[in-house]
Parts: sequence; structure tokens; C-alpha cells
Amino acid sequence: MEASTTPQSGTAGKMKFVVGGLLIVAAVIYLIVSSTQAGAQYFLTVDELNAQSQDVIGRDLRISGAVIGDSIEYDPQSLNLTFTVAHVPGDNNEIEAQGGLAQVLYEAVNDPERTQLQVVYNGVKPDLLRHEAQAIMTGQIGEDGVFYADELLLKCPTKYEEAVPEQTGT
Amino acid sequence: MIANIGYGILFITLLVSIYGVGAAYYGARKNDPRWIESARLSMLLTFPLITLSSLSLIYLLVTGRFEHQFVQSVTSSSMPIYLRVTALWGGQSGSLVFWSWLLAAFASSVTLRKWDRDREFLPWVIVVSLVTLAFFLILVVFFENPFTRFWQLPGGDIRAAMFQPQGSSLFLPRDGTGLNPLLRHPGMIIHPPMLYLGFVSFVVPFAFGIAALVTGRTDDRWIRITRRWSLVAWLFLSLGLLLGGRWAYDVLGWGGYWGWDPVEIAAFMPWLTGTAFLHSVMIQEKRGMLKRWNMVLIILTYSLVIFGTFLTRSGVLSSVHAFAQSAIGPLFFAYIGLTFTISLALLLSRWDELKAEGEMTSLLSREALFLLNNLLFMGILVVCFWGVIFPLISELVTGQKVTVGPPFYERATAPLFAGLLLLMGIAPLAAWRHSTFKTLGRTVWKPSLISLIVPVYAFIRGIHQPAALLGFWLAAFVAFVTLHEFWRGARARAKRSGENLFTALWRLAGRNRRRYGGYIIHLGVVLMAIGIIGIEIFQVETQGTLAQGEQITLENYTLTYNSLAVFDTDDGRNVARAVIGVEKSGDYVGDLHPRRDYYLDSQQPMTIPGVRSTWEEDLYVLLVDWQPVSTNSATFKVYKNPLVNWLWFGGLVFIFGTLVAAWPDRDPEPVPVRKKKSSYAAAEA
Repeated sequence: MEASTTPQSGTAGKMKFVVGGLLIVAAVIYLIVSSTQAGAQYFLTVDELNAQSQDVIGRDLRISGAVIGDSIEYDPQSLNLTFTVAHVPGDNNEIEAQGGLAQVLYEAVNDPERTQLQVVYNGVKPDLLRHEAQAIMTGQIGEDGVFYADELLLKCPTKYEEAVPEQTGT
Repeated sequence: MIANIGYGILFITLLVSIYGVGAAYYGARKNDPRWIESARLSMLLTFPLITLSSLSLIYLLVTGRFEHQFVQSVTSSSMPIYLRVTALWGGQSGSLVFWSWLLAAFASSVTLRKWDRDREFLPWVIVVSLVTLAFFLILVVFFENPFTRFWQLPGGDIRAAMFQPQGSSLFLPRDGTGLNPLLRHPGMIIHPPMLYLGFVSFVVPFAFGIAALVTGRTDDRWIRITRRWSLVAWLFLSLGLLLGGRWAYDVLGWGGYWGWDPVEIAAFMPWLTGTAFLHSVMIQEKRGMLKRWNMVLIILTYSLVIFGTFLTRSGVLSSVHAFAQSAIGPLFFAYIGLTFTISLALLLSRWDELKAEGEMTSLLSREALFLLNNLLFMGILVVCFWGVIFPLISELVTGQKVTVGPPFYERATAPLFAGLLLLMGIAPLAAWRHSTFKTLGRTVWKPSLISLIVPVYAFIRGIHQPAALLGFWLAAFVAFVTLHEFWRGARARAKRSGENLFTALWRLAGRNRRRYGGYIIHLGVVLMAIGIIGIEIFQVETQGTLAQGEQITLENYTLTYNSLAVFDTDDGRNVARAVIGVEKSGDYVGDLHPRRDYYLDSQQPMTIPGVRSTWEEDLYVLLVDWQPVSTNSATFKVYKNPLVNWLWFGGLVFIFGTLVAAWPDRDPEPVPVRKKKSSYAAAEA
């Protein structure tokens, strides 16, 4: 018979691995849950923000909208940037149904009835910020109804492959 | 004409692929080598076919044939020839063709190897490769066709279609839109191909894994065959990620290199499972364990590769990268679902046969630490996946779309990455099979103590952030242990063979490339970690508007705004270029030239920083705005990024290490024959 110098095997040995594994899983779950609570941002359209504005004051929000070029005001000295965005539907299916993102953005900035939102941001004006661009802003809505953005993201323009290019002379 | 040929060839390739799948499957079932050979030939045939089709597309791009929709959208007459070639992957449909071409190339080269010992794998490798290829070809042929042309209908409308609509005539646009200037940077030109190379080459080990499951050859043969493939795939994927980060830093002008954007994460996730896989297979080769893990990891890597391609193509998630919406989203989803389910089903059918050949007895043994390694990588993967999926789930469950940003990812993954760093230092010290806290502690305490010098030194120098100190300690610990491994091995060999230390080291690494290449990679990771700690924790910035001659300071740097020149270039840009004089601690160290390019045809501005790079830090200056006529003043944003060049240098070391590990060994490797337990018992009885 072999002398028993080997460490415990069988179910007892397996247990410590199961427990160890569960501990890691628990740690990961804890990390995910706590970080989600700390970092969750509500993704709203301009219309939705308008409807819920009182409820979401003070919360971290992420808003998407179509930039109205004329409204862009930028002071390069103080890096104060303000502009207005128009409501753009958030649902991709709705966007597709209305003719694609480029079409939707075009309509949003030209529709006088569209809900608009004023945005204030302090920082370098992004290169992509221009008329009909889609802006995604993270920040908070103030009591004054103005959106104070901490972060400003503009959608990469490879999206805007023109459906119909300019005419050529014959 | 060319478009019709190109499209027609793609359609034929699709038919050839479908035939190949059928022939391989039938040949395997009926055990008929003729059908299998036919399938192999059809696999080989796809490569020249797709090459022809791709060449025709490239021809259209280079000759500026703007009547083709794809050509019109990604090229313009002001673009130089080489850029027009690279525009192939500048748009959705072209990049799918490129993906298919790479897959045909790799799958074909796999079928050209010697199959003598592994005949039973061949048909299934062909099936998996051709099914994947067929899927991408279906996408191109039916949904994202790069060969569609513009037609002017009788009513005056313009429509894009493959075949000429009734009564219409070909419509020739004046010029193309051109590739987005942001994509014309050299880093950006090779970043997509590198990622695709990485994605596509992972299909090969997956194919062999599936072949192993189907044929029941669940030993490590499939792993040994694909060892180099996996490493090369991983090399390309790592390179693609590094290039993406470098490009973001150089050109996007926000002073950073990784934004936890969903598309960045999409490429990162297969890298995570791929890295875990590369480590985990070593345990299967050495001790016949973690077999189920390896199958799970390669199946996940394949699914994540397709998922990664899907995320960048379908517009499902909002991201600065997201490409246009199209019908291919649901198709990708269906394909991933189907292949994942079938792979899992195969895995479950062979579950018992994948039982470990040995038993893991100690939590601190080397095998157990590799298991922990897998768990940590999976943990990071789950965090990333959760972050990416969360908006979709929250919308489904609560009706409200909720997203998480970089703080989520950083907070949740930092401890896990720290754990991985710690493992890199401890695992080489851990013994196989049996290891207790005491035995491991005996080997660990010395390097831990010695490496403590680094954080103590940092503390004395004024660094008090606990995260930074811990990070530096871990980095020093891993560096010490790893370098000690080189030292130990070289010294032992030198004693035995009488060689001097350097020759011993060279020969040692040469004989054991995977191991020592791996250690070099770990050293690269340590350097990158140091760089990341520097820039993430210690970055400082300032901004201000200066009149000519005025100064701005950031810590010990003084910047003087000297002049600004505005001019047009030959390639269609209007450039504003500032000259900044830089003084560090009172001494003049040179000039920087931050500039603003404005691409006239696409009306796209691009901010290029002026950067002064040293080992200590980067001084990173952006020209934000200027008043050309009236006050001649300009606005600048200045960053100081400490240690960031350790990140890039570490990346180079990392790549070098991978090349060392992947380089073919001089001697062919012996294939160990492992005796099965049952035969032992029979012999003893």
C-alpha cells in the first residue's frame, strides 16, 4: 500500500476549488454591481428629458441630439461652448423607418416644432461639432432647464456616406 | 463590366464554398477520401477567386470609377493612389470583402499542410472555415455589395443597384466623398487590417477545436497543431489594439489612448479570451488538464470575433465608431447564436471525454494559478460584456436605456488587472502539483521585499497615491521575478555547458522560445503597466489663450507662443500651424508645432498635437483655436503625460516577445506519448 503523503483528494479536495471559484465569481459580481451603480447614466432623448426633467435633476444623464449649427457659440479664451440640439429618436428601428440617420438628423434641425435643448460645455470644441452632427452628451440637467455637459462625443462621420452624391455636368 | 465580373466571381465563390461544406461533410460521414479531397480543392479554389474579385474592386478604387457607390463613398480624386488602395477597408462593404479574402487565404494555407497524422480533422476544418466564409460572402453578395452602381432613372432620381434598372442610364458623379481624413493617418491605415488578421486567424484554431470535438480526438493534438496559429493570431490582434491606441493618442486630440468605447471593447474581448487560451493550453499540454476550459475559451474567442465584427458593423450600440445601420445586424446575431449553440452542444456531447487526466490538489500549485488566470480573464470579459450589453438589457427590462462609461470599466477591472499582474510574478515561482502557503511563501518573500524598494523610493519622491504605489510595487515584483527566471536559467546552463552567460542566455531562449518569449512579453506588459499608471494617475493639464509672444506654464514647463502660419497644401488641406517655444525648468529644449488641418473636400477639421516625448513624460500641446486676422491670438490646451512612452516602448517589447515565442524552433518538437491510466491498471493487474 502506498504511504499517504499526498494531500487530500476526492470531494474534500474539490471543495476548496469550488469555494475558491465561487469567491472569485462573487468578487466579480460585486465589482460589476457596485461600479454599475456608481457609473450608470440614463440614456435619454431630448423629448424624454423634457418629459422627466424634474425627476432626473442631479442624475448622470446621456443625451443624444442633432446639432443646430447656427446655435454654436464658442469662446476660445474661456473654452465656454454653448449650442442647441434638436430631438432625435433614440430607437434605431424608428430611425431606419424615417429614412436613415442622415435623413433623421436633417429633418431634426429643420423642423421648427421639434423640441430643443440648450447645452453648455466647458472645454475644447470638438472638430466634429457642426450642423446636423449627432452629439452624445454626458452630464446633468440644471434647474434652469439647461444641460450641463461633462463629456461631449460626436459620431464618427463615416456614417454619413451620401446616399445621393452631387450631380455631374454632362 | 469589371463590377459585373467582380460580383459574379463572388457569387461563384459562394457556391464553391457551399459545395465544399457539403462535400467535406459527406466525405467525412461516408469515410470517402475522394469527396474530402474535392472539398479541399474547393477550399483552395476560393482564394484565387476572391483575390480576383478584390483586385477588380481595388482597380475600380484606384482608377476613380465614381459611378460605383462604394468607390464614390470612400475615395476622391485628390487622394493619392496608395490611399485609394487602403480605402478598400475604409467602408463597410469593402471591409467585408477584405475579411473574406483573409479568411480564404488562411484557410487555404491550412489545407496545404501535411495532414498525414490528422486526416480525420481535415473535413471538419474545411467545414468550419467554409461555413464562416460562406456567411461573409452571403453578407456581401446579398446585403453589402461593393459593386453597386448609380443609375439615373427616367424620372431623374438616382438609385444605387447592381443591375441596370429598366430605362435607366449610368450616372457618373463628379467626384467622390473621399476617405475621412481621420482615417488617413498611417496608424489608421494598418489598424483595421491588423485587427482583421487577428480576428480571421483565430478561426483556424477554432476549426481544429471543433474538429477535435466531432472526431473525439480530445487529446492535445489539435492544440499542438494550432499552437503557432493561435500565437500569430494573438500577435495581430494585440498589434491592432496597440495601433488603435497609438492612433487615438496621436490624432484624435483628447490626450488619451483608450476610451472604453463599445467598439474598442469589441476588439478587446476576443483578445481577453485569446490570452487566457494561450496560457491555459500550456496546462493541457503539460498535465492534460483544463481541457474543457480550453474548448470553452476557443469557442468564446470565435464567437467574440464574429461578435466584434458585428458590433462594428451593425449600429446596435451607440458609439463614436458605429457604422451605418443595415440589415446585416440581425443576420450576424442569428449566425453567432447558431454557431455558438452548435459548438456548445458538441462540447457537451464530449464532456466526459474531456475529463482532466490528473487531479488538481493544491490551490497554490502552478496548475491552480493558471486556473485562477482563466477566472480573472473571464472576470474582465464579463465586466466588458456587461458594460456593452447593459444599455440593451436595461432598455428591455425597464424601458429606459441606461449606459455605463469609462468609470465603470476602470473601477470594475482595475482589481482584476492587478490580480493578473500579481499572478505574472507568482506563477513562475509556484511548483507543479503540490504547493502550500509555506513553500510558495518561501520563494515569494524575497522578490516581494526587494521590489518594495521601488514604491518606497516613489513615496520618498513625493508619490503618495496608494493605487500608484501598489501598481509600481507589482510591476517591480513581476520584473524582478521574470528577470530572475532568465538569470537562473542562463546560469544553470552556463554551469553545465561552460558557455559564458550571454551565450547561455541566447541558446537557452533559442531552445525554449515559447517560454522565454512569454517572459519577454510579460516584461513588455510590466512596462506598459508603468506607462498606464503614469498617464492615468498623474496626468495634468491646462489651457489658455495667448497673444503672440505670451507664455503659459504647466508645472516646470514654460511655453511661449511664437507664431502662427496659415497655408493651403497640395492635397486639399488648409493648415494652421503654430510655433511654440518650450522651456523646461528654465532651459530651452526646442519648438513644438501643434496644428489644425482642415480638409476642404470633406469639410473635416483635424487637430494634430505638437508633442515632446521623453522617458519621463510627454508634453502634449493642442492648437485649439486662433484669431487669424484681428488679435493674432491663439488658444492652446497643454497636457503633461508622465511615463506614457513606457506604454509605447512596452508595446514594442511585447510585440518583440511575441515574435520570439512564435519563431519556428530549430529542432522539431518531440510528441510525447502519454500512457492512459486504464492501460496502466491493466498492466498492474
